Amino acid sequence: MRKTLVLIEHTQGQLRQTSLHALGAASELAAVEGGTTEALVMGHGVGAVVDALRSLGCARIWAVDHPQLADLTADRCADVIAQTVKATEPSFVLAAASTFSKDLLPRAAALLDAGMISDVVGLKKEGDETVFKRVQFAGNVISTVQLSGALKFLTIRPSAFPMANRNATQSEVQDFPWQPAANVTWTQVVSREERVEGRPDATEARIVVSGGRAFKNSEDFERVVGGLADALGAAVGSSRALVDAGITPNSLQIGQTGKVVAPELYIALGISGAIQHMAGMKDSKVIVAVNKDPDAPVFEAADYGLVADVYETIPEWTRRIKGS
Amino acid sequence: MRIGFPSKLPINSLQMKILVPIKRVPDYDTRIRVKPDGSGIVTEGVKFSMNPFDAIAVEEAIRIKERLPGAEITALSIGTEESVETLRVALAMGADRAIRVAIDADMDSLAIAKVLAAVYHREKPHMVLMGKQAIDDDSNQAGQMLAGLLGVPQATFVSKIEMGQDGATALCSRETDAGIEKVQVRMPAVITTDLRLNEPRYVSLPGIMKAKKKPVEELTPSALSVDCVSRTRVLSMEAPARRKAGLRVKSLDELIDRLKTEAKVL
Repeated sequence: MRKTLVLIEHTQGQLRQTSLHALGAASELAAVEGGTTEALVMGHGVGAVVDALRSLGCARIWAVDHPQLADLTADRCADVIAQTVKATEPSFVLAAASTFSKDLLPRAAALLDAGMISDVVGLKKEGDETVFKRVQFAGNVISTVQLSGALKFLTIRPSAFPMANRNATQSEVQDFPWQPAANVTWTQVVSREERVEGRPDATEARIVVSGGRAFKNSEDFERVVGGLADALGAAVGSSRALVDAGITPNSLQIGQTGKVVAPELYIALGISGAIQHMAGMKDSKVIVAVNKDPDAPVFEAADYGLVADVYETIPEWTRRIKGS
Repeated sequence: MRIGFPSKLPINSLQMKILVPIKRVPDYDTRIRVKPDGSGIVTEGVKFSMNPFDAIAVEEAIRIKERLPGAEITALSIGTEESVETLRVALAMGADRAIRVAIDADMDSLAIAKVLAAVYHREKPHMVLMGKQAIDDDSNQAGQMLAGLLGVPQATFVSKIEMGQDGATALCSRETDAGIEKVQVRMPAVITTDLRLNEPRYVSLPGIMKAKKKPVEELTPSALSVDCVSRTRVLSMEAPARRKAGLRVKSLDELIDRLKTEAKVL
């Protein structure tokens, strides 16, 4: 029986919404390949995450709860995945594409001599084979890829797959007895920034308000972009230029090498629209661009474009929302 | 596979060896077009350059060498004859020597990682510095796979490297979805670079002249005894559906109104 093992991501004791899309992708895979979905949760103190998973249609949830997994570094996690895969023999290991899974899944794949496809946006049966669509060349090419071998690794774009449905059946939970090798010096985490509470993550939000080169400092960005985002209950994003300039933190970067988002509404403020930025947002349902430059390439992809100064227009928009 | 990492590896700066794998890719500024038959991308008339993340890795290796003058930087490329041009750029920037592993067909990340691992075992570097992803394939796998094959620590998506006093450890700032994570890794390790690690220098004329005299060694996968069969196979390529040109609205009022009544997203 074919099985897909889905790697679950969590942060601050909460299940990441992107993992629900990974489970949704596993259902699509099961629809063409047959078989079942199992989930793997790693960490220390993962009870709440496991509970949140129980009504999502997994045939089984493997919980690896271990003090040495308080820090989920790639060397630890790849070792856990390798042991779990050897014991449970899935055909696929699948996770949502994020810096977390991109760090550790290829390492685990190498430990198991398995091939891997990153950033899958679709899958279908072609003859006897399941083939995968993935994005490359900064979103300029969609390739159809075949993957051979008894074990296959995939990361999927959360925006390309629906979230798994909740159902009444409670998944069986089983502890997996991870045996860390003795005398291993794991990578040591010295410090870690956590996401600021209060605003949703850009990969999970219905609306994303994003700012670009028009903003000259962090205060202006926070007041104008952050102000509109808060009024709309939206997430905040940024172009690479602002991160490079130290105006915004890297965790806000949208694009080929940052986060890839596809919200219902993406509002690009003072963003010129470099290919590398567009690669991270062009699958949004509705794109709004506000830019002073009428020739900015961002307008080519925008459903609604407004040629205007963001410093004047956007605070006015925020005031109207608050006033209404 | 070796389990665990050496507990202590004192590195004399005179012998610090850094291996920098680099890839020749279509320039980041190039407009990529898919061939009408979907068999690949149009390469005629396309400018090729060093993968930008790899240029950052070369630059960082040079900066480490500037602080540890005895260090040796080896640039490595797996590719066709043309990748020697890219290696010459690394040599002109300041790498000491270069190795090309000759292949004529594309290989997937796991196959590449196996070749890199074979060269690693031959060269025995203290650090592998490489780009986090190549901007053609965008897979973001090879560095992590290499670290897994070697059983050594990894620090990916790194925007700052602080070498320890004895050169045996490095404190690396990683760019993650949540923000910066700092990890301490013990050498030998694989470190993959993110955009903000540094700004690569331009190649100077004296650099280009010097590069002509630096050695470029040629190897083959069979000479390295590597099985480099790719597990992934690209069957076809297509251009993504283009968004239709949208509407220019005349005012904020019109924008808000259309978002509410037409797009129904507010």
